[in-house]
Amino acid sequence: MTKKRLSFLLMSEAGIGLVLVLLCLIFALYEPNFRKPNNISNIFTQISINTVISVGMTFVILLGGIDLSVGSVLSLCTILAGLVISNGDLSVPMAIILAILASLAGGIVCGLFNGWVSERWRIPSFVVTLGMLNIARGSALSISNSRTIFNFPRAFNAVGTQSFFGIPLIFLIALAIVLVGHFVLSYTVFGRMIYGIGNNEEAVRLSGHNVKFYKVTAFVICGMAVGLAAILYMLRLNIASPILGVGFELNAIAAVVIGGTSMSGGKGSLIGTLIGAAIMGVLTNGLLLVGLSDFARQIVTGFIIVAAVILDTYRVKLSHMLE
Amino acid sequence: MKKTFLAVLALCMFSVGAMAGEKPVVGLVMKSLANEFFKTMEEGARKFAEEDGTFTLIPVGMNSETDIDTQVNAMENFITRGVDMIILAPADSVGLVPSVKKAVDAGILVLNFDVTLDKQALVANDLPEDFLFVGPDNEEGSERVGDFMAAKLGSGAKVIIIEGNPGADNAKQRKAGFMKTVEKYNLELLESTTAHWETEEANTVMTNLLTRFPDVQGVMCANDSMALGVVKALEAAGRINDIDVVGFDNIGACQELIRDGKMLATVDQFGPEMAANAIKVGFRIIGGEKLDGWIKTPVAVVSAQDFIRK
Repeated sequence: MTKKRLSFLLMSEAGIGLVLVLLCLIFALYEPNFRKPNNISNIFTQISINTVISVGMTFVILLGGIDLSVGSVLSLCTILAGLVISNGDLSVPMAIILAILASLAGGIVCGLFNGWVSERWRIPSFVVTLGMLNIARGSALSISNSRTIFNFPRAFNAVGTQSFFGIPLIFLIALAIVLVGHFVLSYTVFGRMIYGIGNNEEAVRLSGHNVKFYKVTAFVICGMAVGLAAILYMLRLNIASPILGVGFELNAIAAVVIGGTSMSGGKGSLIGTLIGAAIMGVLTNGLLLVGLSDFARQIVTGFIIVAAVILDTYRVKLSHMLE
Repeated sequence: MKKTFLAVLALCMFSVGAMAGEKPVVGLVMKSLANEFFKTMEEGARKFAEEDGTFTLIPVGMNSETDIDTQVNAMENFITRGVDMIILAPADSVGLVPSVKKAVDAGILVLNFDVTLDKQALVANDLPEDFLFVGPDNEEGSERVGDFMAAKLGSGAKVIIIEGNPGADNAKQRKAGFMKTVEKYNLELLESTTAHWETEEANTVMTNLLTRFPDVQGVMCANDSMALGVVKALEAAGRINDIDVVGFDNIGACQELIRDGKMLATVDQFGPEMAANAIKVGFRIIGGEKLDGWIKTPVAVVSAQDFIRK
């Protein structure tokens, strides 16, 4: 019984959670500023956007796919929402609601394209989303005429800095998205199907399920998550820009992989992804506070990403041994 | 050497013009048009070409700030096409020099603007060290906006520099200008670090630096996109009123911050006119004037005063 419980713990997120706790302890010991409640609150804010994008990315990676377009789509969504929200003809509440819908619609359309094209013509999602990376970036640039949009309603801008008991509102939104996603993956037929397809697509297909539907839907969910992340970006920085989000796909993939989700699909969880995003955020924050130089920070972050994944392979081996 | 090719060029122009009655063709090789600064510059050049009407302008942009290949290809296409003049904002001050050499050898007048070509690379490619450059002095601009802030804060003030992309020439020059301010006013430089020209990264970096150095008094940013992120970080921390921020580029979003008193100042390099200025200089040379070296274009500090006056 104890063996089984231990193996269960190792199988789930405990291993990677330990890395996060360890990192926090090291930084807290060496850097008094790291422990300040204000700093913890800042880290929560800083990981929110990446966390929400990573939730979407997890759905896609669980199916053995990848979405390289998230950064560009994020930018396109901010532009769509930014144009709506800065429209002076609309009343403020109306403008905000329509802006959120515009952002979600942008994300969903891009996700639908990614999913449908890769399923219809059986093209690896790597290639299709690479195409979308350019389509979305070009669209964002041409729609905005490469200008930054910034004149949002004051009521909207004020929301971005709200917090409850020291926990920033935008992190609470991100956390809610993680929990909803976790519920869907763990407790619904749809979620279990995602794991099933990721583990053995052929078996699921032969048992008469519509695999295509689930795969396309995963990309749509990823697009929706990016649409929501775009709103969080606008809440935090009060701008919409066609050049933002470059390289965000790599941060999201890193968070998902550090969080223990297998790149070949079928294994992983959103709690792991949240911890992965937190590890990335703690590193960015802690290494700067300690006073490491730009280049050293980049090198250390790279090594820790690799180390976390190496650790993960041992975690899986160990849990197999215990079974 | 230069004279000969100018003579050849004039001859070519004359013959082409005489044969077809065509206007001279000017090729404009730009950096990333995704950057608002270059986009307005390209629009300024197009407008100038339209109003002037005596030449044909072919602008070429690229996808990202570091896309050297696209620029090299554009140079080669212009050489093949046999344009009369190439105006180049190099993405890489070393990487583009061989293409410049090819164009010069083909008898095309090449003007360098925005970012200077590397002197050593120029000499290595048998081009004059003081190759014609039309553009602003980035170092002077950042020094002046830095001085503007330092004069307000007083000597010995604690400051942070947010740098552009490590390795980019304008990032280096702007940092050098800020460093001059630091020395001149004996400022205490708490940290100088990069945020890769990006708003979100600057926001994260500044928030974290504020934790480490709560006593900072001024922040000098190498561009306005990063200044936007820095201002948001200060606002979120409730420090916007006691920490001054200066930027570089004079983009619309920062003008509003300056007007609202949330940002102290920025630098205007008159981007829309920059490419047009280079083209004008080119025609002066074709017209027989002898120019070389650095032809400086204006830079100005923009602060709240400028908006009151208007």
